[in-house]
Amino acid sequence: MLTILFDGVAYGMLLFVLASGLSVTLGLMNFINLAHGAFAMVGGYVTALMMERLGAPFLVTLPVAFLVPAVLGVVLERTLYRRLYGASPLDQVLFTIGLVLMAMPIADFLLGDEARQVNLPAWLSGSLNLGGVGISRYRLFIVVVCGVIAAALQLFLVRTRFGAQLRAAVDDARVANGLGIDVDRIFAVAFAVGSGLAGLGGALAADVVGGIDPSFPVKFLVTFLIVVTIGGSNGILGALFGALLLGVLDVAGKYYVPSIGAFIIYAVMVVTLILRPQGLFARRDSR
Amino acid sequence: MIAATSETARRIEAHLSRRARWRLSEIAFWLAALAAIVAFPSRAALINEILVAGLFALSLDLILGLAGIVSLGQAAFLGVGAYAAAILASKDYADPTLGLAVGALVAALLGFVTAPLLLRGADLTRLMVTLGVSLLLGELANRNSWLTGGADGLNFSIAPVLGLFPIGFTGQRNAALYSFAVLFVLFAVARRLRQSPFGLALAAIRENRLRAGALGIDTSWRIVAIYTVSAAYAGAAGALLAQTTQIVSLDLFDFHRSADVMLMLIIGGAGYLYGGIIGAAVFIVLRDVISAATPEYWEFWIGLLLVVLVIVGRERFQDLVRRAASVVVPRPARGDAA
Amino acid sequence: MTGPALEARGLQRQFGALLATDNVSFALKPGARQALIGPNGAGKTTLINLLTGVIKPTEGHVLLEGRDVTGLSANERVRLGLSRTFQINQLFPHLSPIESLGLAISERNRSGADFWRVAGTRPAIVAEIEDLITRFGLDADMQKPTRQLPYGKQRLLEIALALATRPRVLLLDEPAAGVPEEERQDILAALAALPSDVAILLIEHDMDLVFTFATRISVLVAGRLLTEGDPETIAQDERVRAVYLGEDGHG
Repeated sequence: MLTILFDGVAYGMLLFVLASGLSVTLGLMNFINLAHGAFAMVGGYVTALMMERLGAPFLVTLPVAFLVPAVLGVVLERTLYRRLYGASPLDQVLFTIGLVLMAMPIADFLLGDEARQVNLPAWLSGSLNLGGVGISRYRLFIVVVCGVIAAALQLFLVRTRFGAQLRAAVDDARVANGLGIDVDRIFAVAFAVGSGLAGLGGALAADVVGGIDPSFPVKFLVTFLIVVTIGGSNGILGALFGALLLGVLDVAGKYYVPSIGAFIIYAVMVVTLILRPQGLFARRDSR
Repeated sequence: MIAATSETARRIEAHLSRRARWRLSEIAFWLAALAAIVAFPSRAALINEILVAGLFALSLDLILGLAGIVSLGQAAFLGVGAYAAAILASKDYADPTLGLAVGALVAALLGFVTAPLLLRGADLTRLMVTLGVSLLLGELANRNSWLTGGADGLNFSIAPVLGLFPIGFTGQRNAALYSFAVLFVLFAVARRLRQSPFGLALAAIRENRLRAGALGIDTSWRIVAIYTVSAAYAGAAGALLAQTTQIVSLDLFDFHRSADVMLMLIIGGAGYLYGGIIGAAVFIVLRDVISAATPEYWEFWIGLLLVVLVIVGRERFQDLVRRAASVVVPRPARGDAA
Repeated sequence: MTGPALEARGLQRQFGALLATDNVSFALKPGARQALIGPNGAGKTTLINLLTGVIKPTEGHVLLEGRDVTGLSANERVRLGLSRTFQINQLFPHLSPIESLGLAISERNRSGADFWRVAGTRPAIVAEIEDLITRFGLDADMQKPTRQLPYGKQRLLEIALALATRPRVLLLDEPAAGVPEEERQDILAALAALPSDVAILLIEHDMDLVFTFATRISVLVAGRLLTEGDPETIAQDERVRAVYLGEDGHG
């Protein structure tokens, strides 16, 4: 049972890293980015391809899996996304759906439609025995890495000047601008980091979800959206909690009641929205 | 009471009822559609697909175009209506009008029950709720394969319409005519609804919900009402789909169905009720043309179309489409109140 | 009708640490011409929102013609005869003035849920629309979408719309705000022509307008009612002057 719980936590942490970028763009710029999964896909492919074609070790590919989508994110943000910051939610939805619909066939065209596997190095395979509980090494690795990322993000937001500026910009962009904070630059950086994290998450997730294929963005889009919806868009802790809750419920659900499948997470989302339309952790006076 | 109406009063009255009468171009539109079915019997299946998709898009227009509610879950009602009709037929209640009515009714019920979820929360919440409901239903349909046939679908056959017109595999043209009749009747009702005080109140809710409330409009009930009607229309489309193609499948609940219908409506233009049908025709024809050329990657072109559309600006694009369509169909004039 | 048309009793509204409305009590007599003044940030619009039901008070009650409406929603209060205008125009950009007014009138007649009849086929409603259009001088633009109207006309429509609900009490939130000099006369004239049996509370920064229009003035400072009285007394009140002289120019 503890193993299941741990697996759930690991899955949750993974979802957190994957979805944190989405939470940031939503909470920060009120922008609904349904193409978020595409960045995750890019990161996953980076890792898979680097290992396959360049023989690179797994760990080395991870920073690259972060950087490539981050750069891609900056480019797209500067050229396309920023025109739509003030647009209606419908426009944002249509635009980002369009991007996803373009990204997937491109991946298919360039890389084929079979799932690319990521072969974990020996030291990450198999399981450990910790106090009588069987823990998968890789899941442990995920928990540690994602935990560090979560802590780093939280510290960054709370302790650094940039973090303070970010929080100010989230609270009220106009006022922040008036205070001399370069809101534009902050958005760009936040978007880049969010996309990078998605990519990293994609790379880490490759083994867990059975490989990366072109339909990844759409397959997991709903999951990401659910994480953000449940956790609210009010920052790291909310998204983390939402992700963990979802991870545990999903893994446990599938294990104990296999016929349930994805039903649980959808039901949780609908129930949450009924009870608290702003998510479980939204700001009290959400605009 | 004023015995002789003044000039101003006459103008006011004319303005309010300016869209009541069916224009010549509208009549021509419907006659042309009917003619197409009769003249091209070999294309009946394609035309039928367009008509059914048009009805589905019309249902979305009722909430998006008229009331301004963005929904990503319209497929829920399509699926529910389709399965209701199919299940009924598979239990030997094969009369199509019965199936149609039941499909619409069940979908309406679902709409009524889920409508309150739309009332709270911001746009994203609404999007997620509508999406969540349709995905939930898809899962439910999947898990309950004893009822829905699961991934294998259902086996059923449809009795002739009104006992006279078979619409099975050999009755493709009849099927198209049947869909046409249903679409036309439902369209006429929607058209009337749009011009009524209720329709005007919806427009007010769409334009400025705050002020609508400040005029005494109980926005919540109106939204629930139109959402229920929209669900009924989508359910009818689903029933038609099942009955005229004799297929139901779980992908009716898929996200891409909701996305496709939204795209159709956007292409044709939301808010004047013809947009859904026009958009469906354009979308389906385009899809067939593009898939013939590049079968695997047609999604890419649709995506590109969406991106360009949004960047260029939906308003500008819709103006272009409307100007083109106004040859056949009445559109709100440039300076006219929509 | 002997009691006050509108009454506030001990209204409080807290936003986190901010006490936006602090124990406000006042009464508006039937047919009143009362003004509410105060510096920026005093909480005037919050008070209007509390009175109309857009937000709920943390404490206190609102009574409309003697009836406690504190628990009622905004649209329910409108049905009971309480209407307002907004400081920033809240209109229907793509609907014409005719349609907007027709809508308000239909709603009042409870025929707004009618989904079968074509709008505009009731002569009584048409007559009423005509009356409002001519009274507010909107004939020239009555068929155009609202967003094409000049700002001054939009502001007039804003008031006409509230009047179309035949309110017993009307709250006007800075009706002259942003209106260009040439068009202000129309606003002033419209205000002067408002039905005498409607109780009116006017929020304004423009002192000329306030002193021309009001027979009674309330002063709101930092969420609290400083004082209340007839125009002469208020004009000479030291505290009121201090509050206003402390600002650099008002809007």
